[in-house]
Amino acid sequence: MNQRQIWLTLATLALFAAVPPLTVVFDQPFYMDVVARIMILAIAAVSLDLILGYGGMVSFGHAAYMGVGAYAVGILSYYGIDNGFLQIPLAMGASALIGLIFGAMSLRTSGVYFIMITLAFAQMLYFLAVSLEEFGGDDGMSAMRSEFAGLLDLNDPLQFYYLIFVCLALILLFLHRLVLSRFGMVIRASRGNERRMQALGFPTYRYKLAAFTIAATLCGLSGALFANLNEFVSPDAMQWTHSGEIMIMVIMGGMGTLIGPVLGAAAFLLLEENLPEWMELIMTNAGEHWAIVMGPILIAIVLFGRGGIHALFARRGGGSHG
Amino acid sequence: MRCLPEEGAAVMVEPALQIKGLCKSFGSLIATDDLHLDIAEGEIHAIIGPNGAGKTTLIAQLSGELRPDRGRVSFAGQDITALSMPARAGLGLARSFQITSIFGDFSALDNVALAVQAHAGHSFRFWRPASEDNALYDPARHVLERIGLGERAEETAANLSHGEQRQLEIAMALATDPSVMLLDEPMAGMGRDESANMVDILCGLKGQLTIVLIEHDMDAVFALADRITVLVYGRAIATGRPEDIRANEAVRAAYLGTGDA
Amino acid sequence: MDPLLLLEQAFNGLQFGVMLFLIAAGLTLVFGIMDLVNLAHGALVMIGAYLATTLVAWTDSFILGMILALPATFAVGALVEIVALRTLYRRDHLDQVLATFGLILFFNEVVRIIWGPISLYSGLPDYLSGHVEIIPGAPYPVFRLLIIAVGLAVAAVIYFIVAHTRLGMLIRAGASNNEMVGALGVNIKTLFTFVFALGAVFAGLAGMMLGPLTSVEPGMGEPLLILAFVVIIIGGIGSIRGAFIAAIIVGMSDTMGRVLLPVLLRAFVSDAAADTAGPALASMLIYILMAAILVVRPRGLFPARTG
Repeated sequence: MNQRQIWLTLATLALFAAVPPLTVVFDQPFYMDVVARIMILAIAAVSLDLILGYGGMVSFGHAAYMGVGAYAVGILSYYGIDNGFLQIPLAMGASALIGLIFGAMSLRTSGVYFIMITLAFAQMLYFLAVSLEEFGGDDGMSAMRSEFAGLLDLNDPLQFYYLIFVCLALILLFLHRLVLSRFGMVIRASRGNERRMQALGFPTYRYKLAAFTIAATLCGLSGALFANLNEFVSPDAMQWTHSGEIMIMVIMGGMGTLIGPVLGAAAFLLLEENLPEWMELIMTNAGEHWAIVMGPILIAIVLFGRGGIHALFARRGGGSHG
Repeated sequence: MRCLPEEGAAVMVEPALQIKGLCKSFGSLIATDDLHLDIAEGEIHAIIGPNGAGKTTLIAQLSGELRPDRGRVSFAGQDITALSMPARAGLGLARSFQITSIFGDFSALDNVALAVQAHAGHSFRFWRPASEDNALYDPARHVLERIGLGERAEETAANLSHGEQRQLEIAMALATDPSVMLLDEPMAGMGRDESANMVDILCGLKGQLTIVLIEHDMDAVFALADRITVLVYGRAIATGRPEDIRANEAVRAAYLGTGDA
Repeated sequence: MDPLLLLEQAFNGLQFGVMLFLIAAGLTLVFGIMDLVNLAHGALVMIGAYLATTLVAWTDSFILGMILALPATFAVGALVEIVALRTLYRRDHLDQVLATFGLILFFNEVVRIIWGPISLYSGLPDYLSGHVEIIPGAPYPVFRLLIIAVGLAVAAVIYFIVAHTRLGMLIRAGASNNEMVGALGVNIKTLFTFVFALGAVFAGLAGMMLGPLTSVEPGMGEPLLILAFVVIIIGGIGSIRGAFIAAIIVGMSDTMGRVLLPVLLRAFVSDAAADTAGPALASMLIYILMAAILVVRPRGLFPARTG
């Protein structure tokens, strides 16, 4: 990671840190919620980027782990366990376990098979959630905010906001170290040429599986925070379209970089938030059809925008690809 | 130019690599046909043959990329037929690729350090930057010096010239500290000067480890090899010293006479 | 358990299976030949359904509307291939996934604008809405039988095309070796457009026949798309035979699983637990099946592509 990327990351984090006071100054309290959402999805996106951008594993089922994390919180809360010190580790542990199992199966394959299998496994969890009437089935279930007795009160928006912020910052730091470590070298090199890595003596399967599991674990944390933010959990969190959206955030921001997915999450959510309004300006009632613009935007990004938003800032595009 | 064998290198002890009754076919195409071959320790053993003779398929079976249909491969007395590619590499059986297989995004030094890392044991270390790890980068620098790329260590691998990339390919194989190296056409696509340079480099390795060399450049083969095996349609039609091979009628008829040399 | 009910469910499973085959056939051919991951294949199911519903209403004839919808879907398929997908063949799978994901958003919205966001229900003509007694005492809907018949007929046609025609030879050559087709001097662009549009027709046909069974609505093809993926994974990419067998397996086990699993579970656990776990397990059944097959055969039952 070059110097420029580190500065860009720090600048973005500084901006996030400054959002709560800024919303007070500009009297836009709504935006604190938006940025909290952005940061939660940024955690999911950056965890996907570890395997997608750095590891070259095109996983199309990443929302599943967000769903597992969210449901872990929801189900524990349903049984009256609101202790966050228990909920968060259990949510991450459950995601890690599911990630390990799905990864172990999916990584036996590659290419198109891998894409479809990760998608299919995620869909399996989606249907499982839909079929569990006890936990609300299709309609989902409400979840109480986690309690961190004496330490944090998540019902205070400010404290909750900064909890999410700290989580994101720590994960970025962790992944920054990870991609440069021995382990990170193996993962990045395996993306380039797995056969070569095996010839050098690396049993690549187990390193890829470890990376896959780490990504699932971090995404589980994102899901646990998501459940807390919404005070609600539903199968929609695991919908395959949601997996697609997380992937789009990574690509939009610039894959193979850490700050890229964060910027991508911001761009995606702000676009989703504002595109309908902008379209209303052009034509009345056009706003509800925002997807007709979003679709072609995506296609344009794929065809012309390699490197993503991140490449606008960094002279040497980070997500070198191919 | 002739790269002379080390004194006493011809003394056979245990073969470094032993191939017994190896067979591999793809549908009706027989790529390896009941091949028996002993590679002596410390020798450079060239395998030549016309295109489609099954040379690369053989390397793939020796390195563990392909499973043979029948037969066995032994490495220093140990049966390795069932071992995976990484497991064989771990034992000290390295290979290079016909098509340059380096990590283009990384520097030359990173490429070699990665190879050192493969040899240095597990890579489940998540926190400390690999680039600050002298246990990886000191040996890597040493290997690059040895192969003549010391000056180019910091260059991004993709920016190296073709000849340098081929050198890097060898350096990576060498950095895993192998006892046997399988080199798949190390001179592929090289000019005359680059080839000569590569011959020098390989000659410098002679006696330090065993090399199985597949090569189309006959000048290089005859300059380097202690022994040569001629492969035609997956079958070894002759094995012997370079001068014997040159004189062998069957080889002339099947191969050298075709003008491929 | 009532054996007649089981028989009925077996027919339902078969009907679901041939429906999945129609969708998976085009998908697997496009994968096999063009090496393209097309998420928007589900959108073609939807478009077929909408076109059929509209044309049936226009012509006031169920049969005529259906028949006219086929070339219309073919045209849409060809147009999509020429305008959007053609540029994606040389891209990597990730690009293809994202771009076709964008196409889905686009198509769903187009459909919403043209036909409105509300589900359409297309009725059946009288002669198709009755029941026949296949076995005395077991009446079965005529339309579902028709679906099975059409599905099997199309499967036979596809099999004939792939196994016995020049086009099929090119398709088989393409599935195992892309360069070879080029070497044969065939106009690849036309071949690709044709194959894609053909796949679109099959998918559209599935949508047309699905319409009267459920409802026609935006996004209706997407759940089916993922099931078609499962079919292809099990069957092996590029293999029509694999797609057919896997489609029947998936259709049958999904349908039968939903009926039988809760009953089977009751034999082992309490009724209440069986009622909870039964549907949950049934919804996961085909995915578990897929995982099990992958453990044994990572490239599916009939891998068309080697190496």
